[in-house]
Amino acid sequence: MLLKRNWSVIWIAIALVVFAAGCKKKAAPPPPPPPPPKQEAAPPPPAAPDISEFSAEPSTIERGQSSTLRWTVTNANQITIDNGVGSVQASGSRSVYPNETTTYTLRAAGPGGALSKSATVTVTAPPPPPPPPAKPNLTERISALQDAYFDYDKSDIRDDARATLTKDADLLKAIFQDFPDAVITIEGHCDERGSAEYNLGLGDRRSTSAKDFLVQLGVAGDKLKTISYGKERPVCTESTEDCWQRCRHVHFSAGQ
Amino acid sequence: MNKKLIFATLAALLFAIPVTTWAQDNTVIIKLVGSQKPVMAVPDLRGSGTTQNFMGAFNDTLFGDLQNSGLFTMAPKGMYPLQVPQRPEDFRQPARPGESMGGLALADWASPPVSANFLATGYTAEQNGQIVLYGWLFDVGQPNLANAQILGKRYFGSGDEAGARSVAHQFAADILAHWGGISLYGTKIYFVSNRTGHKEIWSMDPDGSNQKQLTSFKSISIMPAISPDGSKLAFTSFASGNPAIFILSTETGRRLPFYNQRASLNATPDFTPDGKQILYASSASGYAQIYVANLDGSNLRRISSSRAIEVEPKVNPKTGNDIVFVSGRTGPQQIFRMNFDGTGVERLTNGEGEASNPSWNPNGEVMAFAWTRGFATGNFNIFLMDVASRDFNQLTHSEGRNENPSWAPDGRHLVFMSTRSGTHQIYTMLADGTQVHQLTSAGNNQTPVWGKAPNF
Repeated sequence: MLLKRNWSVIWIAIALVVFAAGCKKKAAPPPPPPPPPKQEAAPPPPAAPDISEFSAEPSTIERGQSSTLRWTVTNANQITIDNGVGSVQASGSRSVYPNETTTYTLRAAGPGGALSKSATVTVTAPPPPPPPPAKPNLTERISALQDAYFDYDKSDIRDDARATLTKDADLLKAIFQDFPDAVITIEGHCDERGSAEYNLGLGDRRSTSAKDFLVQLGVAGDKLKTISYGKERPVCTESTEDCWQRCRHVHFSAGQ
Repeated sequence: MNKKLIFATLAALLFAIPVTTWAQDNTVIIKLVGSQKPVMAVPDLRGSGTTQNFMGAFNDTLFGDLQNSGLFTMAPKGMYPLQVPQRPEDFRQPARPGESMGGLALADWASPPVSANFLATGYTAEQNGQIVLYGWLFDVGQPNLANAQILGKRYFGSGDEAGARSVAHQFAADILAHWGGISLYGTKIYFVSNRTGHKEIWSMDPDGSNQKQLTSFKSISIMPAISPDGSKLAFTSFASGNPAIFILSTETGRRLPFYNQRASLNATPDFTPDGKQILYASSASGYAQIYVANLDGSNLRRISSSRAIEVEPKVNPKTGNDIVFVSGRTGPQQIFRMNFDGTGVERLTNGEGEASNPSWNPNGEVMAFAWTRGFATGNFNIFLMDVASRDFNQLTHSEGRNENPSWAPDGRHLVFMSTRSGTHQIYTMLADGTQVHQLTSAGNNQTPVWGKAPNF
């Protein structure tokens, strides 16, 4: 085999020399051609390139994660992968971080031809990050507490007030869990009709009744203060049943 | 007792209304105001030299004090004779009885059209930069000057308008004293005003002049009470958080220490008649109840004991042993009475409507208070009640809300709050409901209390 190839090389070399000589000088007539060498079988054509493997693993990633491309190519002297990977060796692997779904194409070229193969990395959006750690506002939490309303000259907890304060109790427990140092004041208010002096006492009863009810529902009593404003801080001043009802209430505020 | 009966019958005849209702009511007023008033003539006095410049203020003050006392019927000035005797020497004895001397005879003032019983006269002069008043009072029904002169006295004041007003007040006070009346000169009305944007305690003279701000906590300061000697002011304030009792010296304007017991509410203070203790309402044991303590808050004890709101304790100024107060123990707020140890509780108002704001007359027999009896809830009017008999009488009628009556030291006048002008303002009136004067107009003003001025 080696010998055979050497012969063919020699023959080619001779041919080239003769050809070159012929180009150069058109002088003497050429000698008769030598007898052709003994022709044996023609050399086999070069083998076609082969991509035995080109894969992306995992084929589905979340944005920001990596996928590994793996390939094995034979019979190729020029191997490239597009999308920024560039020229590669015949076999290898490479991590890629595509931001969006990307199809990578490997092209292999050699004496025996060219070939390409594709692998797709599917990119999914990751779940949103958790909100930044809560910077919660105590004032807002307190303002979410609902006022409870009373009948004229009464400090009993009515049915509607019972429902309201039951919701407030849950909110209060949550507030005190998040703000262990918080103190919340229950303000008792009255409408304009009774005397200012008596209403101070009545507002005091209303705030105390509301506090007792909340404590029964498990709210920490030592975190609840009471204060009566009597009829000194009305939410409205019209002499109407509607305004009077709005004035007969307990209201929550930040404690001193 | 006899006198009371006579007056009652008289009133009944006068108004021709069934004795059983009206006469009963009116005894409360007659006791305080009387029915037969002497007729008083007070001509405009004149001043010599520069003092004449202040005689307008002087004459207004003298006439006003005498008229506003409610003790007299004032003879109208337009009916007076042309000549006014300025001193005893000016009087002339008519040659024949009934002959007019143009004002210089006693009888000229006693006979029609003046028909006065008494004549107050005199003049002012300047003396060493001061104003001096020579004032006389004559009983013009007497046959001769020697018997007629009741009062003859000199009064001194600073040589300006304030001095002229001062000598007029002093002269009027001496005239009132002759009928057992007490001058309101030297008294103060303490009240609450929001004219600065916050409810603060203010003071003013009984005619509404000289209004001064006493506190500036920029909080809610309300419900003042004045000590019997006028030296201390107690009130309820939110200045330190929960409503608490504050004591102020009216002489220095400084806060005096008071121990507020641990409670969500300490409020509605008042002084005992000896000025040594303070009664107030406290929620220390749950419901607001009546407590008593020393002036600094020490040695406190609970007086009332009920499961009801109880506020506004007021000790009887005569006995020192009766306390009237407001309680919800029988339902809507009513006025009750009890002994100083909390025993002997009885309801004074009959359970109708809502009653509040009791104020003892200095005589310890009559109280003024606010009551909605006969009106819609919240529609208070001023009433008087004879506490022993529980006879009562209504003084204000259908003119807005009328609340917080407080007796003047003379026991004949009341100061109170009314919304009759559309805003909360302070008024005075005589105990029969007449002579109503509005004293305030700036902002809203309420809960007046009438007492002595400090150092007077």
